[in-house]
Amino acid sequence: MILVWIIALLLIGGLLSWFAAQWNKHLAKWIALGCTVAGLILVSWLCMHYKDAAPAGSTWFIDYKTNWIPAFGIGFHLALDGLSLVLLLLTFFLGTLAVLCSWTEIKEKQGFYFFNLLWTLAGICGVFVAMDLFLFYFFWEVMLVPMYFLISIWGDTNRRYASYKFFIFTQAGGLLMLLSILALYFIHAQQTGIYSFDYFDLLHTAPEAATAKWIMMGFLIAFIIKLPVVPFHNWLPDAHSEAPTAGSLILAGLLLKTGAYGIIRFVITLFPQQAQEIAWWAMLFAAIGIIYGAFLAFAQTDLKRLIAYTSVSHMGFVLLGVFAFNEIAMQGVVLQIITHGISTGALFVMAGALKERLHTRDINQMGGLWAAMPTMGGVALVFTMASLGLPVLGNFIAEFLVLIGAFSANATLTVIATLGLIFSAFYALRMMQKVFFGPAKPVSPIKDMSAREMLMMAALTISIIVLGLFPQPVMDVVRGVVQNLVAMKK
Amino acid sequence: MNHVNAHTVLIVAAVLFVLGLIGTLTRKNVIFMLISVEVMLNAAGLAFVAAGAKWQQPDGQVMFLFILAMAAAEVSIGLALVLQIQHQNKTLDVGDLRALRDEDINE
Amino acid sequence: MHQYLYLIPALPLLGFLILSLAGRHLSRSVIAWVGAGSVCTAALITMGLGIGFLQTPPANGVYTQLLWNWFSVNRLSVSVSLSVDALSLIFIFIITFVGALIHIYSTAFMQNDRDYARFFASMNLFVCSMLILVMADNLVLLYLGWEGVGLCSYLLIGFWYETPANCHAANKAFFITRIGDTAMAVGLFFLFKEIGTLQIPQILIEVPQHFANGANNGTLIAILLLAGGIGKSAQLPLQTWLPDAMAGPSPVSALIHAATMVTAGVYLIARLHVLFEFSPLAMSIIAVIGALTLFMAGCSAMVQTDIKRILAYSTISQIGYMFLALGIGAWSAAIFHFFTHAFFKALLFLAAGAVIESLHHEHNIFKMGGLKNSMRTVFLTFLAGAASLAALPLVTAGFFSKDPILWYAWSAENGNAFLWLLAIAGAFITAFYSTRLMLVVFWGEMKTQITERPGKRMVLPLIILAVIAVAGGFIEWPHNLMHLTLFSEQVQKVLPAVVLKENLPSEFIFQGIAVLVTLGGVYMAYVLYYQEKVTLEKWRQSPAMLSIRNFLLHGWAFDELYDTVFVQPFLFITRINKKDIFDQLYNGIAQLNVTLSRLLSITQNGSLRWYIAGVLIGILFIITMQLL
Repeated sequence: MILVWIIALLLIGGLLSWFAAQWNKHLAKWIALGCTVAGLILVSWLCMHYKDAAPAGSTWFIDYKTNWIPAFGIGFHLALDGLSLVLLLLTFFLGTLAVLCSWTEIKEKQGFYFFNLLWTLAGICGVFVAMDLFLFYFFWEVMLVPMYFLISIWGDTNRRYASYKFFIFTQAGGLLMLLSILALYFIHAQQTGIYSFDYFDLLHTAPEAATAKWIMMGFLIAFIIKLPVVPFHNWLPDAHSEAPTAGSLILAGLLLKTGAYGIIRFVITLFPQQAQEIAWWAMLFAAIGIIYGAFLAFAQTDLKRLIAYTSVSHMGFVLLGVFAFNEIAMQGVVLQIITHGISTGALFVMAGALKERLHTRDINQMGGLWAAMPTMGGVALVFTMASLGLPVLGNFIAEFLVLIGAFSANATLTVIATLGLIFSAFYALRMMQKVFFGPAKPVSPIKDMSAREMLMMAALTISIIVLGLFPQPVMDVVRGVVQNLVAMKK
Repeated sequence: MNHVNAHTVLIVAAVLFVLGLIGTLTRKNVIFMLISVEVMLNAAGLAFVAAGAKWQQPDGQVMFLFILAMAAAEVSIGLALVLQIQHQNKTLDVGDLRALRDEDINE
Repeated sequence: MHQYLYLIPALPLLGFLILSLAGRHLSRSVIAWVGAGSVCTAALITMGLGIGFLQTPPANGVYTQLLWNWFSVNRLSVSVSLSVDALSLIFIFIITFVGALIHIYSTAFMQNDRDYARFFASMNLFVCSMLILVMADNLVLLYLGWEGVGLCSYLLIGFWYETPANCHAANKAFFITRIGDTAMAVGLFFLFKEIGTLQIPQILIEVPQHFANGANNGTLIAILLLAGGIGKSAQLPLQTWLPDAMAGPSPVSALIHAATMVTAGVYLIARLHVLFEFSPLAMSIIAVIGALTLFMAGCSAMVQTDIKRILAYSTISQIGYMFLALGIGAWSAAIFHFFTHAFFKALLFLAAGAVIESLHHEHNIFKMGGLKNSMRTVFLTFLAGAASLAALPLVTAGFFSKDPILWYAWSAENGNAFLWLLAIAGAFITAFYSTRLMLVVFWGEMKTQITERPGKRMVLPLIILAVIAVAGGFIEWPHNLMHLTLFSEQVQKVLPAVVLKENLPSEFIFQGIAVLVTLGGVYMAYVLYYQEKVTLEKWRQSPAMLSIRNFLLHGWAFDELYDTVFVQPFLFITRINKKDIFDQLYNGIAQLNVTLSRLLSITQNGSLRWYIAGVLIGILFIITMQLL
């Protein structure tokens, strides 16, 4: 039941802040902040109490099921395991930060803005806990539409183009996924006579090999568009660079992760056999993505676009690790999902803060900012280093585990992917140098970070360092899930 | 009364219909277009009557009554629209009435 | 004592945290106390540890301390734990002791810098990372330190970030070492796949069993790890970053780019010696790389005009000696050369810093001169360092560490005439450029006015280092001269002793040759730069000599080579693909849709007659279809 409350909290909070904004503009953000913080506390509480309370032999901590549209076998089925739990935690952590970083940035239609923000978060939460495929698809759309509004209303100059592109790409993938879900539904009905969208029912469906492959491709394409994997990544740089800061933060930190989550939860559990057959190709695309994303990131002059392409590169590690099918790599993937959310989120928050001060995203217009804002420079240094995988920071553990795990699966492709570490240094240091080092540009005096920004950055910095030095607790939470996933490989 | 061949009547109906069609296509004035449409309707009615006579069935005449009623309704609405068009656009030339033209989508 | 092991890296870390979080609100003297104090305390603890280690050696020769379990998945289990044996202890001693001296020196050297706190924060972080590197008991933790020192090196090279050239040098250093690091990472993955552990003690035990028959993979792993070492230690072909790294402040060059970080490669190879010993190919590669590097870098050092670049090339060259020694299996000779080199090269850099500072940031040695009398202390200490570098026989530490390497280059089982010739040529070159440096800077007439003189805090470290640079070698004598081998006794607790060939000629002959060659180098420099400067003038006129000089001056044109082969193509590819080729593809699809829509919208022209005709044609079409 608590899962329902978590989602309802966001949905209702969204409506409330919309209505509240009608008579007081500032109320909206306080309501939004209250909702996300309350959610964060709830999920933290979950983390403490449900970690060891799993029923024996099961990795599911909570399982809530009720009928929704019984005529079609659609249930309202939410469940929580270790993977969902850490992702929920990430969602509320970044969600809180997203509200905070919109604090002064959004000046128009605040009520509707926070409504969209909270509903997107609700959709994301739903995606992470929905165990009914129809419900999953429903939440998948719920997170998409408000996000579209966030980009198209509060975005930057080229926002219409970016929001269309985002919508069309994701929707195309969503359509394929819907077809796959329906195909699976009917095949299941054919085999057992029971019409059900329930994940646990469909797990035991075994379509013919050829059919299964096509159905899997439907799921996979939807998820790798979201992840994204080259060559389906083109919506990402536009959406990220045009979205408002909070939008970029949620896109990079959470929306991409739903793709990763989908691959782990659906593609490789529903179709273990077929997934292994395409493992080589998936790893190849992952390696290409890592290198290609890094090359493009290096070339960009738009700060947010640069960061966006680093996401393309980093998400390649997720794909690489998932299709390596071993425990080490899979643990790395989970950590990569979390640490990338934090580190890239932080970079976007920083880019947003710079934009607010300098009114440009062009790194050629920046330079020598360290002198004026050493605190932000220091924080930026931490996260560029995280981006290039410096030990001590969480990203290192994630990439290290992915690579060392993937190496035993396929050495050649892993070596190619490892080259990404070199190229990541190229773009990361180029960014650092263009923005913070070099001769200072004659701009009007700019302020270093405000207390609110400090708070956000401190939270992000501490979490990335803690994850880098003490990753074991996270790994323990997801261990059961990961071991089950790996056990799928026969 | 001479027995009129159904074929002949049908040919007359067809000629009337084509005349009406040509009128609709070529006339610029909305009123004339409406009249041409009436002609076409009546051509259809004539064909019904002829067919009814041929098969010795009342259905043809029933249909004609329907058409008559419908034509009356149509003309009343049509003329009302024509009046409105005249009021708003000060013209009855269909060549100038192109408000439903598709705009360029990139504008 | 060893339960306080963690304090050694923790103190500089604490210093870093204080300085980076609160540095801007602290006064300069507090910053100096925190920055230098943390490292000095760590040095004191190290001394205590070292004395304890020598008096009552631990049972298995290792102190270990488990701090916490870092992560463990499946069979991969990595902990944050420190372990100190004789080899680590030597490195820790150098890092903390030389580090402490350099920190004390820096408190005065950086006195007027705006970012005083940032400097000490970075320096402390460096010391911490370097200590973790050498104290790590598994390769992941070692890699942590390895990357950490790279970061600090980057931050400190680009310390004066307003100058684009400094940032460029910093980036270059990071990029090139990163290439090596990545190879090393792949090496770790491979090692884990083969052996299933990254704990150093386990690796040393498992390697002989695992690679007992057929060591192809072992060789590959060794070469990959070696690449990491080559990058960090600026050996051929990844040496180009070090001369540019001199953009950083002089104490940085002394600590990072002379004494400690650049010898990390030496440490890595020595640490994993079993792995390398199992691969003769890898060993030969190390030896050849070392020999070639020491020669090529030495040649470049002969023609440099920037005082710090001379020392930089000389550092590359001296590390080349260490690699050579490692490659021929003369482990303790390599470590001993690291030991003495750390002192005399740090000394040289610090003294050079004092000179540069006194001459108003003048780097060109030909604009210096005549400082012999006006800067007496600096002159004497510099002389001690240069003599040690040139390895003047019997009176300098450099002699005692370099002589064994020259001897083993011939006599060790893996040694041969080729390596020996390069090494001996290197000895000549070293003597030559050391003497040239001394003569040009300290003799002759004064060309630049002295603006300020080094204070006490700068002179004291110089004197201490100078004493060690002269006397430090007396703890280890060549066997034929005296049986005093305090140093190698300790090292050989960890590393095997060198294996010699049979039927060797007397060691005296080789020592004699080495001494003669060294003195010859000194004499030649004396002739060219003091006695008959005319010869040099004549050479400057000749185009052939001049082009050779320029070739050497630019470090054998490696920069140009890499620029054409790697950098420009990379930039070209990224530039042409800036707009992302796939984006063009999707835009193409979008354009196609727009075009089709335009075509269709022609029919939607609002003309009533057009529509009627359309209906008519449609009807006719349908009727025709029906009839057919």
